[in-house]
Amino acid sequence: MNEVLITGIGVVTPIGTGRDEFWRALVEGRSGAGPISAFDASGMPVRIACEVKDFDAAAHIEPREVARSDRFTHLAVAAAALAWQDAGLDGELEPGRAGVVIGSGIGGLATIESEHASFLAGGPRRVSPFMVPKLMPNAAAAAVAMRYGLTGPNLAVASACATGAHALGEAYRYIAAGLADVMLAGGSEAALTPLALSAFARMGALSTRNDDPEHASRPFDAGRDGFVFGEGAGVLVLESAAHAQARGAKPLARLLGYGASADAYHVTQPDPEGLGAQRAMRAALADAGLTPADIDHINAHGTSTPYNDRVETAAIKAVFGVEAKRIPVTSTKSQTGHLLGAAGAVEAAACALVVANGVVPATINLTDPDPDCDLDYVPDGPRQIEVRHALSNSFGFGGQNACLVVGAL
Amino acid sequence: MDRRTEILQVIVSHLQGRGIQTDGVDEATDLVDELGLDSLDTVELTLGLEEAFGVEIPDSDLEDVRTVGDVIDLIEKKTSVGA
Repeated sequence: MNEVLITGIGVVTPIGTGRDEFWRALVEGRSGAGPISAFDASGMPVRIACEVKDFDAAAHIEPREVARSDRFTHLAVAAAALAWQDAGLDGELEPGRAGVVIGSGIGGLATIESEHASFLAGGPRRVSPFMVPKLMPNAAAAAVAMRYGLTGPNLAVASACATGAHALGEAYRYIAAGLADVMLAGGSEAALTPLALSAFARMGALSTRNDDPEHASRPFDAGRDGFVFGEGAGVLVLESAAHAQARGAKPLARLLGYGASADAYHVTQPDPEGLGAQRAMRAALADAGLTPADIDHINAHGTSTPYNDRVETAAIKAVFGVEAKRIPVTSTKSQTGHLLGAAGAVEAAACALVVANGVVPATINLTDPDPDCDLDYVPDGPRQIEVRHALSNSFGFGGQNACLVVGAL
Repeated sequence: MDRRTEILQVIVSHLQGRGIQTDGVDEATDLVDELGLDSLDTVELTLGLEEAFGVEIPDSDLEDVRTVGDVIDLIEKKTSVGA
C-alpha cells in the first residue's frame, strides 16, 4: 500500500474561500448563516441559509465554460483550482496517473428547474442542449479533468451528505493501490433553490430559526431544530508520498484510513444505535492501523438535527468506549451550515488544517447541551492541542456512511 | 440600421451571453473554425434566434450554415414579408 499525502487544499465555503481564509474563519468561530439572498424567500417556511456570497465564477473559469456549466461545477472547478495552486502542481503529470473523484449530492438542480420552466412555457424546442451536460452530477469531475488534462481515473460519487468523504476515500484507494499518483478529490453542492429548500423543509430537516440565522446551526445543543442549508465545494490534492517527494511538494497531512458502511435501515433516519456509523468509524480506524486511544480529535458529522447528533454521540461512545470523553469533538457545520455533498470534503480539509496547525476549532452555538449529547464538543472557543490523528465522520441520507482518518506528518 | 446589421447584433449579443469572444465578428466569420462553436452551441444559438425573432428553425435548415452570414440569410428568409 502506498502512503497517501494531502498536498493541497481548495475550499469555497460560506465562511471563506481558500485555505487561509477558511482556517481563519474556523478558528475565529464565524458563522456563514444569514437571510437567503439568492432569491426572494419571503414566502418560504425557511428563509435562512449558508450561501457562498460574492462568488465570481469568471474569476476562476473561462466565461465560455461558465455559461456551459451549473453553479455546482463552478464551485468545484474554483475549489480544484485553489487546491491545484496550493499543491504547487505545474501540469507536468504522467498521462493516466492523475485523476479526479468529485461528487455532488444533488447535481445541477438549478439547471433542471430553469429548463423545466422553459419546457412548460415553450415546449421541447425551448429546452437547452446544455441541460444534460450541466445537470449531470459527474460534470464537475469532467470539467476539472478537462481544465488540467488529467487523464487518469475519473468519476463522481453520490451518497448525499457523505459524498465528499466517499470521494476522498475512493480517491485515496486509487493511490494506495498504486493505480494513480495524484488525485483531485472532494465534493461540491449548489442546490439552494426554492424547490430544494421547500423539499428539505417538508422533511423537517431544516432549522426554522429564521430570526436568528447565526445561531440556527447549533449541533449537540438542546435547542437545535435542524440543519442550515448550505452550498460550497471542497477539493483536496491527494498524492502518493513518492510522487510528492519527487517533485518537492510540501504536504500538509496524511490520509491514513477510510471506512465505509451502510445502515441498511431507513432512507433518512439513522439506525437508532448508529450501527452503520459505528461500523464506518471502526473500519476507518482499522484501515489506518489505529485504536481509539490514538485518536486526538473527531470532526463530527454534527448536522444540528435532533436525530443525528444524539445517534452520532451514542455511536462515538460505542466505538471509543472510555476514550470517548477524552476526545475533543467539533462540528464544522455549526459554522458552515450543511454543505451536503461538499461537507465531507470541506470537513476533511478542516481536519488536515487541525493536524497541521495544532488547533481544534470550537463547535459554536452550543450553550445548552442536550443531556444525550455528553461529549467534549469544544464549546468555549478553539483549543490548542497536539493532534496526531483526527477522525472525520460523514453520514448521508440513504444510510451511507464514510469516515476518514487524517494524520499529522 | 439595415436588417442584416440588426440580425448580426442579435447574434453577437447571444454569443456574448454565452461567454464567447466576439471581437471582429462579421458576416464572413466561420461558426466552427473561428468562433469554435460545437454542435450544442449551434443548437443553443438557434434556440436564442427562435426566441428573438419568433421563428422556427428546423435542424435541417442548419445543414448548409457555415458562417455568421449564412445564419443571417436564414433569419432574413424566415422573417421576410410573405415568408
